[in-house]
Amino acid sequence: MKRYDANTRHGVSLTLNGLSRTGWAEPRTLLSDFLRETLGATGTHVGCEHGVCGACTVRLDGSAVRSCLTLAVQVEGRHVDTIEGLAKGDALDDLQAAFRRHHALQCGFCTAGILMSAADFLAREAAPSEQQVREMLSGHLCRCTGYTPIVFAIREVAAARERDRQKEIGNV
Amino acid sequence: MKPACFDYVLPDTPAEAQALLAQYGSDARILAGGQSLLAMLNMRLAQPKVLVDISRMKALDYIRIDGDRLAIGAAATQSALEAYPSLGEHVPLAALALPSISHFQVKNKGTVCGSIAHADPSAELPLVLAALGGEVVLASASARRRLLPDDYFRGMLQTACAADEMIVEIRLPLRAANAGYAFREVASRQGDFALVALAAVASADALLLAVGGVADRPVVRRWPRLDGVALADALNDFAWALGAEDDAHATAQYRRHLVRVLGGQVLRQAQQ
Repeated sequence: MKRYDANTRHGVSLTLNGLSRTGWAEPRTLLSDFLRETLGATGTHVGCEHGVCGACTVRLDGSAVRSCLTLAVQVEGRHVDTIEGLAKGDALDDLQAAFRRHHALQCGFCTAGILMSAADFLAREAAPSEQQVREMLSGHLCRCTGYTPIVFAIREVAAARERDRQKEIGNV
Repeated sequence: MKPACFDYVLPDTPAEAQALLAQYGSDARILAGGQSLLAMLNMRLAQPKVLVDISRMKALDYIRIDGDRLAIGAAATQSALEAYPSLGEHVPLAALALPSISHFQVKNKGTVCGSIAHADPSAELPLVLAALGGEVVLASASARRRLLPDDYFRGMLQTACAADEMIVEIRLPLRAANAGYAFREVASRQGDFALVALAAVASADALLLAVGGVADRPVVRRWPRLDGVALADALNDFAWALGAEDDAHATAQYRRHLVRVLGGQVLRQAQQ
């Protein structure tokens, strides 16, 4: 049985965007703060800190979760993916590029969380309806875009990925 | 908006978790998905001295058919239940209610038993448990007991779970032969807390309506098969009996209206 005493910093080792990282955290440190302040991954934003706004959403072992409702010590030995891991060098990934094309962001505060949710969502739902995308987005607050360009961007990526899959198996 | 200090313990077995509860009592809290508890810690509405994390405990991470029940272990997430094969055949009411629960990012971590433990009066899973008459299995270091919803839910965020006990499992009755089920919820947007949530079960000789979001706990009422004026009167009596109150989200009058109108709709739907 592992025990982490309060008021003491404990080593937490995880795989962050494919790289092994270790940092020190008290039991009460939230994953959102650990990512930003200890590991320097400031792309993950902190909004409401009670799970409502979605800005802090990251992928934990592939699943989109709220990093403000996760403790840093809970990710020991696990895989965490954040917005920093999406682009390959200077090349935006397809979701990021579609968000840019569709003006699916303005101030950008909510965007990192939405992209991490969308990445998990599209891995589960290859061809989502507009209604399904809007339901997924109900877990995020965006005060700039009115959501519609975000819906367009996500559905465009789903369609493009589906075309690529069909091409690969020789159906096109 | 940061939690106060606590020790964090990761027991390997349910017995170890129960031993910690026996040792620390009300100073300890079980952490499963944390989707309610961590928000309360962040807001310092709860300040336990010890957090006992069962979220990665393999022995409690299961959903399986056990006799005439679907048994759901304390570490099983709401997403896992939603993805359970043929859930709509086995426990139709759970399948109908799950899409209204919060957002998929929250269901990915939030547990089924955690929602029952939190006992928010507007939450969907306590309503499903109450409507189906499922059981809550509580275990301490020395004893294990099964409670029915009437004995388990005690009020807003209040349950019969003692300080040295934890929920290890909930048990939902499988679909009854010839029974029909329906669910409706009104919330200000998809996934928000319910202003009113309604679950109906229709069997050959009886109707059942369960309502969440109005009283301090899910409330169930049973009638013989009624229709027309008799049903309208029964729904009106039920709506008033729930003791709705005005709050920032809706008036008591509006909640009673929803119980009368949507109550009639879900009961009809369950009979089809």
